[in-house]
Amino acid sequence: MSQTKYESQLREPLVNGNKTYGQVTNDIVHTIEVKPTRLWYIGFYVSVVLLLFGVYSVYREVTYGIGQWNVNKTIGWGWDITNFVWWVGIGHAGTLISAILLLFRQGWRTGVNRAAEAMTIFAVMCAGQFPIFHMGRVWMAFFTLPYPNTRGPLWPNFNSPLLWDVFAISTYFTVSLLFWYSGLLPDMATIRDRAKTKLRKHLYGIASFGWSGSTKHWQRHESLSLVLAGLSTPLVLSVHTIVSFDFATSVVPGWHTTIFPPYFVAGAIFSGFAMVQTLMLITRKVMNLQDYITLGHIEAMNKVIVLTGSIVGCAYLTELFMAWYSMVPFEQDIFFKYRIAGPYGWSYWLMMTCNVISPQLFWFRKLRRNVTFTFIMSIVVNIGMWFERFVIIVSSLYRDYLPSSWSVYYRPSIWEVGFYLGTFGLFFTCYFLFSKYFPVIAIAEIKHVLKTTGESFKNDMSALEQKGADSFYEEMHHDHHEEGSVKVAHH
Amino acid sequence: MALKKFVVGCFEDEKVLFPAVAKVRKAGYKIHDVYTPFPVHGLDQAMGLRETSLHTAGFLFGLIGTTTAVTFMTWVFTKDWPVNIGGKPNFALPAWIPITFELTVLCAAVGMVLSFLYICQLAPFVKRHHFHARATDDRFVMVIECGEKTNESELSSFMNSVGAIEVNTQVAEEGWWIGRYDQDQELYKQTNIA
Repeated sequence: MSQTKYESQLREPLVNGNKTYGQVTNDIVHTIEVKPTRLWYIGFYVSVVLLLFGVYSVYREVTYGIGQWNVNKTIGWGWDITNFVWWVGIGHAGTLISAILLLFRQGWRTGVNRAAEAMTIFAVMCAGQFPIFHMGRVWMAFFTLPYPNTRGPLWPNFNSPLLWDVFAISTYFTVSLLFWYSGLLPDMATIRDRAKTKLRKHLYGIASFGWSGSTKHWQRHESLSLVLAGLSTPLVLSVHTIVSFDFATSVVPGWHTTIFPPYFVAGAIFSGFAMVQTLMLITRKVMNLQDYITLGHIEAMNKVIVLTGSIVGCAYLTELFMAWYSMVPFEQDIFFKYRIAGPYGWSYWLMMTCNVISPQLFWFRKLRRNVTFTFIMSIVVNIGMWFERFVIIVSSLYRDYLPSSWSVYYRPSIWEVGFYLGTFGLFFTCYFLFSKYFPVIAIAEIKHVLKTTGESFKNDMSALEQKGADSFYEEMHHDHHEEGSVKVAHH
Repeated sequence: MALKKFVVGCFEDEKVLFPAVAKVRKAGYKIHDVYTPFPVHGLDQAMGLRETSLHTAGFLFGLIGTTTAVTFMTWVFTKDWPVNIGGKPNFALPAWIPITFELTVLCAAVGMVLSFLYICQLAPFVKRHHFHARATDDRFVMVIECGEKTNESELSSFMNSVGAIEVNTQVAEEGWWIGRYDQDQELYKQTNIA
């Protein structure tokens, strides 16, 4: 019991079953070493088909122009930017879990952080497509980069929120990728060292960068993770803040509000966690990882969902209040005539139901711990969050300052929908490949918390807890003495 | 980089490892390294390793990012090509905060990861001698370098006495080389010098 750090009995174990280090490795790496299941193949092929449809839709758009979509003079952003903001939002949960929860010392993050970070990277990849192809002449996308050019040189406008986006999204993608891969190195080495086939040993040998597990390397690795977490924390908040600036710095009624940054960040975490739930519930079932992604993990994420959902609800009501309180007729019209009522009123109420009302059911512990209910809710939340962006974009645009250009009933074309479906294809193709070839759970991190939060540890603790406070202290104290002059860090 | 002789002791539990590290150091042996499957907190102090200063590198890289962003945007908008954007000042510091921040984070993160890879000498195709295949799985592997005066059998039995469950002696390259993990490579050709 010398490594003991006091853990309350009230906290449930993060790893179920009395696992040894070897079992942890085996449980997680096993799926990489065997042929995937039928279900995996079906899912993978469906994703690839979706991806190909997306590629064709994008091909149409690039060849024939934005006219392939049904966006018009008034509703210029339509589905495309809705999808962009939706995917970026989803991409926020991974870094939140891996960075902010690391700084907050939330032990439960270890079970889900690897897959959530992967999800972040894939979601940002999907998000990036939309503004790039929305440019129309996609081959000129590099004009956004500040490089010395023959046009003057003419520099991009650094005061523009759209350019801030370029920097924010690309930085976010790069830093998330580095954070994710540096965490993967030790686990790649684990797979390499137990590989039976030559090819696997070779490929994971390359991927693990020659990682040996040296103490000095671990010390630097810990320092690296901590600083990257510290950097990613403000970064993840800044990214959706900057995305919200795309709207908030404009003069369009319904967008021009100071509440946007916190409201967007909360919404991003909300939808991101919902997507993590969707993926985790499938992953733990298909890959038999119920011991590592426990009901406790699911409950913890549902708590985040109900919290952020309520923040988002507060923001919706604040917006309505501020529109009324501002006494600006344009603001009032947008909110009270065209947003909660009018031809697009249904989308507002769909958003309200999915994002604000239904997550409140998570106040009940029984429902938070119900896998089926959580799965349904995770999808409901993501539908709701898609409609949030749709409501913000379309309901602010379809009746602008010039009534002659008012456009009611914007419907996406098949290629607009196809582009969206294509990003689903990209996302799930990547996720299926990831779940087959990468360890979906951070093996080293689980081992690190195994002796303090595993089930067997809990049992040892309960024996100690039966004793009085004095004898408990004495036993812990006694153990320390046995270790001699070496000081052992307990946290 | 050279071939060296090592005595390798394998431990099953970090609880045994900590006192063992202390005893080995007390006995005056030189610990080459301890290979563990996960970061064992406090092991670096127990081995007497210096704190890493990687975070300082991160700070400096961040600083480079901040200065690059601010000076570059200032130069572009006030010197190189001042554009009148809605009559606003050319030196628009508040509007540059987002890009300055992003560039700071980007430089700090990329710089730190590259420094980490450089000081740990990690890269694709890099290969090292691994003293025990389970060092990345469930074993804690203490490697002691043999000097000229080291008595191997004495050291081996000492390792057993401090709790190692498996002890052996290996002659190995201590550094890294470019290689493949699915092949055993002969790093040194046998040459007979007459």
